[in-house]
Amino acid sequence: MSFDWLVPAILTIVTAATPLVFAAVGEAVAEKAGVLNLGVEGMMIIGAIAAFATAVSTGSGLLAVVAGAAAGLLLALIFGVLTIYLQSNQVATGLALTIFGLGLSALIGHGYVGKTFAGLPKLDIPGITSIPVIGPLLFGHDGLVYFSVVSVIAVGWFLNRTRAGMLVRAVGENHDAAHSIGYSVTLIRLAAVMFGGAMAGIGGAYLSIAYTPLWVENMTAGRGWIALALVVFASWKPWRAFLGAYLFGGITIIQLYAQGMGVHVSAQFLSMLPYIATILVLVLISRDETRARLNAPACLGRNFHASG
Amino acid sequence: MLRLEQRPEPAKSMVYVSPLIAVLLTVITSMVVFAILGVDPVRAIEAFFIEPISNLDGLAELCVKATPLVLIGVGLSFGFQANVWNIGAEGQLTLGALAGGGLALALFNQESILLVPAMIVAGVLGGMAWATIPALLKTRFNTNEILTSLMLTYVALLLLSYLVHGPWKDPQGQNFPESRLFHVSAMLPVVVEGTRLNVGWLLALLVVAGCWVLMTRHIFGFQVKVIGMAPMAASFAGFREKRIVWMTLLLSGGCAGLAGVIEVAGAIGQIVPVISPGYGFTAIIVAFLGRLHPVGVLLAGLLMALTYLGGDSAQITMNLPNAVTGVFQGMLLFFLLASDVLIRYRIRFGRHRIALEAAE
Repeated sequence: MSFDWLVPAILTIVTAATPLVFAAVGEAVAEKAGVLNLGVEGMMIIGAIAAFATAVSTGSGLLAVVAGAAAGLLLALIFGVLTIYLQSNQVATGLALTIFGLGLSALIGHGYVGKTFAGLPKLDIPGITSIPVIGPLLFGHDGLVYFSVVSVIAVGWFLNRTRAGMLVRAVGENHDAAHSIGYSVTLIRLAAVMFGGAMAGIGGAYLSIAYTPLWVENMTAGRGWIALALVVFASWKPWRAFLGAYLFGGITIIQLYAQGMGVHVSAQFLSMLPYIATILVLVLISRDETRARLNAPACLGRNFHASG
Repeated sequence: MLRLEQRPEPAKSMVYVSPLIAVLLTVITSMVVFAILGVDPVRAIEAFFIEPISNLDGLAELCVKATPLVLIGVGLSFGFQANVWNIGAEGQLTLGALAGGGLALALFNQESILLVPAMIVAGVLGGMAWATIPALLKTRFNTNEILTSLMLTYVALLLLSYLVHGPWKDPQGQNFPESRLFHVSAMLPVVVEGTRLNVGWLLALLVVAGCWVLMTRHIFGFQVKVIGMAPMAASFAGFREKRIVWMTLLLSGGCAGLAGVIEVAGAIGQIVPVISPGYGFTAIIVAFLGRLHPVGVLLAGLLMALTYLGGDSAQITMNLPNAVTGVFQGMLLFFLLASDVLIRYRIRFGRHRIALEAAE
């Protein structure tokens, strides 16, 4: 049996997982600070169109990623102001963010349907990338893939090893206590939410300039929601979110390769797999109620008002 | 400087004023955006809000579009009060349409006055069946219903796509991914001759009335409110929370399923790849804008239906992309959630005295 398919298969897993890694790690930080932002899908799609529009008009992949991050961050800012300063319900505001993001991206994207972009350049070190198997697997990706790995390590280090990271966790676990010893719950939360937005925007950017370098309405196709599920699956730990994202990448791969391997199932049923897998994973992880509660930040989803 | 001061009691009046503020702010913001885009703002607002309903046809179309929004919105408003977040109504609508529409296709040669009622029952059951999954997973495995109901929406839409591309495709349909047209006896009767307004709208009004009774005159409505506002009190009073989860999900799923079968057996008349332009999601806005109250939902549903018609009309007359509707709806919900702060807080200018003392 030949293993020629293995390397391209793993490469597909990587590209399918990377947008989820960005979105899930960003959301994990926001949720660690106690803010449940259900608008990941909206922030991703707005990042996707902002990045694609920038890529098409400037030709620069780097500028495109910056634009995607900025767009996600701006949308997250709306969410932050509404929930943190105006005390609006986090669930409802997150849904509004998704509806708004999908609409706005379709409006902006109207003129970009059918345009193309060359895609992000892949790393290519002469003599090294061409080593069989290991070369393309370790040294043959585009810059964002490496950046996603770096961001997982950096966020893990930040949350567990730095003072600022400890403050983020404190605000998420007990906002009244954090407030009473003089930390600004609102500012810390706003920063965490904006970080989450920027990361979701980069995840969206990856979809539109690297995964499939073109613009299609609703192209995120629920990945923002899958990222939200990944955060729960990961018990709010960045490295586990990374692992989860690659598991989902693996499920995507089944879709692409099943038909090639002679499995005759309709394409629609194969496309259902990631969604059904998400449900199954959620069931497995939340079955144990006490453990699920212990893992979640204690103030997740609860608003804070100093006069209260 | 601006700051928020908690009111001793939530302001009842603001509950009703806040949607009006939100609508006003949305209209003003859109006019500014239109002006920036180089579109005459007054003309755009006219094309959006006035032209679509300036004749009988338009008014009938308004009710046709409002039917699914009102139905789903009123169903969702129970769950939203009890903190049960079913956001998969779009999927439940699809399953309702498939169950009801499937019956119409299976019994294509049967002419019976019982066919339409049977389809309606099938539609309600289809929507309920789809809502059973998140209900079961939430009560049995503690699984977040927001994520499961949403994931099931994607599954439902793929199932629809499979059916219209495969087994249910019209053999005489020149390979279009659509089912055959329903037989006349499987169509909902039209109420106003010459328009598309069918009995679905009357059913929606009936459901609104029923839900009003359920919410204001029945113990279930009371339990839903208590669980939402004071979960501890509810458990001391012996309300079974799991039962409320089941009831609210089944109710919203059934309403969405009904909306689905009304769509395919009313306005559309066959199974097509896109049954709903996102009614299940827009209905979430409708529920909030309508203050989670059946009568409010009715009014909000009509307003939201108008944004759909307005989007189409603005596309035809002013060449604005249809996506304006989504932006409009999202913006409206943002403004609504922002103005809702006035229910529990009031805005004060200047610094708080106590805050000043503390700072010194």
